[in-house]
Amino acid sequence: MSMFRLFSSRPAPLPASAPIARERLQILLAHERGLRGQPDLLMLLREEILSVVSRHVALDSEKVMVRMERGRNVSTLEVDIELPNGFEPALAATG
Amino acid sequence: MAKVLVVTSGKGGVGKTTSTAAIGAALAQNGKKVVVVDFDIGLRNLDLVMGAERRVVFDLINVVQGVSKLSQALIRDKRLETLWLLPASQTRDKDALNEEGVGRVISELRETYDWIICDSPAGIERGAMLAMRFADEAIIVTNPEVSSVRDSDRIIGMLDAKTVKAENGERVNKHVLITRYDPARAARGEMISIDDILEILATPLLGIIPESQDVLRASNVGSPVTLNNPSSSPARAYADATRRLLGETIEMMVPAERKGLINLLLGRRAA
Repeated sequence: MSMFRLFSSRPAPLPASAPIARERLQILLAHERGLRGQPDLLMLLREEILSVVSRHVALDSEKVMVRMERGRNVSTLEVDIELPNGFEPALAATG
Repeated sequence: MAKVLVVTSGKGGVGKTTSTAAIGAALAQNGKKVVVVDFDIGLRNLDLVMGAERRVVFDLINVVQGVSKLSQALIRDKRLETLWLLPASQTRDKDALNEEGVGRVISELRETYDWIICDSPAGIERGAMLAMRFADEAIIVTNPEVSSVRDSDRIIGMLDAKTVKAENGERVNKHVLITRYDPARAARGEMISIDDILEILATPLLGIIPESQDVLRASNVGSPVTLNNPSSSPARAYADATRRLLGETIEMMVPAERKGLINLLLGRRAA
């Protein structure tokens, strides 16, 4: 610490935020660039998972929650489907 | 009763998104249930400033077009229980929005939230029109700079003519928020004075936010400045502005130059 800081009203500097900004942008842009021209993998998975489930169960869209977290190396897709006990099979289930 | 607040300016880069995030978080800290809605279709950024960019699944366009339910598109803030984000679409354009659909979303939000804050895109086209269309209150974000004041005047004219309130013979409650105020330049007489801005725009002042590194730092880390560093001068100015918005009377502080002791002793001007 500089001795001049003792005489200055400035507080000690906070850790630099620019590296955090760079990291956030790199992750975000990697995903967004991937999006142009090709379908987003997470969205594709979400669609297909829901269509498979809805072949067997009549889905109430209010009871479906989808969460995503995009990371640098790993992204997560969380599909939370509330199935009532003794659920009603979808019409196509036997087909 | 729910209030719809539009944060608008005409000019770009004046601090609409920063102000939306900061005031939205401050209202939530005051115990209000708040949703911030990004109307900047195609160039969304509110998600980034709020630190929710990795969690966007659905967006405003999906809800307007009936692809998803409102509840599925809303993202809850990780720090504040009563703060939510409705992101804009990144892949569509402004023509995907229509008045009827936006009206439906706003009335649905009115049932649940105390404050619905619409972050307007720059410009005076469709996106900006729809962001202000259903507003009860408006914050006109203005920099102490000629082109910004001129654009604010234009936007004030639109708020008085093209909103649902105006068409019903009522008034949108308007407030000017001065941002990026530089005390050093003000001290040198290089900025339009606040009194001049208020006289020209004939609109009451909500607050004066100083230009500050804290604002940049907050957006770098994806946190509204009122949460990221509540004791910083911009955060305090936003907190005061928020309380005025809630009807409190708080003395207006004009940001002053802060000099270190060394600078004062040497008679140096802060850069």
